[in-house]
Amino acid sequence: MSERSARVLTPWEVFIRPRRGLAHQHVGSVHGADADMALANARDLYTRRGETVSVWVVRSDSVHAASPSEKDPFFSNAAHKPYRYPEHYIPLNEESGHDG
Amino acid sequence: MCAGIERPRSDLFICEGTATAAVLDEGVVDGVEQLNAHFEALLAAGEQIEPRDWMPDGYRRMLVRQVSQHAHSEIIGMQPEGSWLTRAPSLHRKASLLAKVQDEAGHGLYLYSAAETLGVSRADLLDALHSGHQRYAATFNHPALTWADTGAIAWLTDGAAVVNQAPLCHTSYGPYARAMRRVCQEEAFHVRQGYDVLWSLCQGTPEQKEMAQDAVNRWWLPAVALMFGPPDTVAGGADDRTAAMGAAVSQRSMAWGIKRHTNDELRQRFVDNVVPQAERMGVTLPDPAIRWNEERGHYDFSPIDWQLFRGALGDGSQCARQRLAHRVAAHEDGAWVREAVDAYAAQLADGELESVELDDEGRRVS
Repeated sequence: MSERSARVLTPWEVFIRPRRGLAHQHVGSVHGADADMALANARDLYTRRGETVSVWVVRSDSVHAASPSEKDPFFSNAAHKPYRYPEHYIPLNEESGHDG
Repeated sequence: MCAGIERPRSDLFICEGTATAAVLDEGVVDGVEQLNAHFEALLAAGEQIEPRDWMPDGYRRMLVRQVSQHAHSEIIGMQPEGSWLTRAPSLHRKASLLAKVQDEAGHGLYLYSAAETLGVSRADLLDALHSGHQRYAATFNHPALTWADTGAIAWLTDGAAVVNQAPLCHTSYGPYARAMRRVCQEEAFHVRQGYDVLWSLCQGTPEQKEMAQDAVNRWWLPAVALMFGPPDTVAGGADDRTAAMGAAVSQRSMAWGIKRHTNDELRQRFVDNVVPQAERMGVTLPDPAIRWNEERGHYDFSPIDWQLFRGALGDGSQCARQRLAHRVAAHEDGAWVREAVDAYAAQLADGELESVELDDEGRRVS
């Protein structure tokens, strides 16, 4: 496959907001040569039943990611910190009940 | 490679019909056993595997094979009903059939998108379909001879697909499971509209009712045999050897959490669903062995043995050749569109095109 014909196959990640008040959610990907084409393809594919109120497309190679299993130290900051949770503390409405 | 969120960390190249090879990052190879233990622990905990997770080659290969075959089936599956779009008996039926066939295209695209997260390219998958190196469900190698076939296909083969696909909404590979959830929501409409088509025919003239019965007669076996795959248990009526052959594949797939049930379990579930529906509609399913089994709490039906299964395949039939030729022609006829898009994108990248701003009346600004 030539480099030129690869352009039409540029992958874009698609995010939709299913209802007002919700965050955009990743739903899958489409191909497109530019953002307009990716948006049109995303509309045709992921919004056939009209419940969607907003669509985002982002070039797949523009998304940078970290996963816990890959970069353990990256997320270690959040480990072993029970004091970040309400359950760590004495309940507000019980006589006594600190069980840990 | 700049990793996108749903792009895998390993590159995978599909060779024609041969094993695929994953190229792991350097330094990862040492820890393969450890990685595999982590992978197995995730599965054991009922967690899902995501694209950037390490996974065994066999798991990746099995998924690429299953997801792409599934995608191809959706794409080829547009053809039998698609042939009736211009001849639908009313505007209402035409609109719903058009929506149904569009959904099938959409399902194919959801699934190609999921397959791409495994590191294969959509162009390669389509090439593999067109060259016959990857398969699609043989169910669709049967012709849709009358209008009633559109009803029978949707009621029986989509009904079978729903039974297959509902457990796949919880399959162990995240992107596949998410695609299946979207598909399942839409399949419910397909089954209902198909039943509705047949129901109306059954309420009509004797000729119309006969047309419905004829379509059910022809689509029963493709649905009950081919949509669930070969027999894989003795309980399904297969002999020991046959069951063992089917079971080897099923068990590997189930151990990895890709499949959740044997082919024969799902086949039974399908039969239990459709027998009462057929009775209500007033059509007869073409299997004299169908009867309620009080003891088992299921309907009995004729076992799907390998001979029956092979007979239903329709391999090498004229219709099978037409399905593939039609797909290849559609792809080739679309080449000029892809070339035009590429030319446009190349010009855009080289800065030869400037974006044109238009005012409310369509006149060029500046």
